[in-house]
Amino acid sequence: MNQYETVIVLTPLLSEDVAKEALAKFKNIITGSGAEIIAEDNWGLRKLAYPIEKKASGFFHLTEYKAEGELINKLELELKRDERVLRFLTVRLDRHAIAYSEKKRSGAFNKKPKKEEAGA
Amino acid sequence: MAKDQIQYVTAPKVDDNRKKYCRFRKNGIKYIDYKDANFLLKFINDQGKILPRRLTGTSLKFQRKVAQAVKRARHIGLLPFVTDQLK
Repeated sequence: MNQYETVIVLTPLLSEDVAKEALAKFKNIITGSGAEIIAEDNWGLRKLAYPIEKKASGFFHLTEYKAEGELINKLELELKRDERVLRFLTVRLDRHAIAYSEKKRSGAFNKKPKKEEAGA
Repeated sequence: MAKDQIQYVTAPKVDDNRKKYCRFRKNGIKYIDYKDANFLLKFINDQGKILPRRLTGTSLKFQRKVAQAVKRARHIGLLPFVTDQLK
């Protein structure tokens, strides 16, 4: 089992309920195949850096989960077929990434991420 | 011609003793988050292009990771592919 994270960008035109329903659908696909969801993060409506399908903003949602590799194909196929999805990105997390996201979730970066200070 | 006027064939090097260093090595950062667009802004110029190692001082190992992170951020619309006056 590998650990993955998927960022889904939904159209801003959806009502809250529809957006929730769409995300629930993808969540079901993940949990339905025996994968375990580790964390979820809803970033809400965000401005896009450039227009995608003529939309200037999108609903961002991040899911972290442990799953077998076969699930990814299935999930990405569903994401591609869904017209409410503007963009998605699935990344396999290596051990540094896992450590980073755990630290982030535990609130270690609350003041300002360490990286930010270093670069200032 | 005034003799006291010194001319240089090449521009004189203004001494900048600060040595460049890889900030990831120095701070022990092992993972570069593509979701943190504000952080990645430090590695792109105002057109949105990735800055070369010779300017940022990043080591090769982490330059590859920076590049990967910037490209991922571009894909999900957190960073632009091209712009003017990003900063």
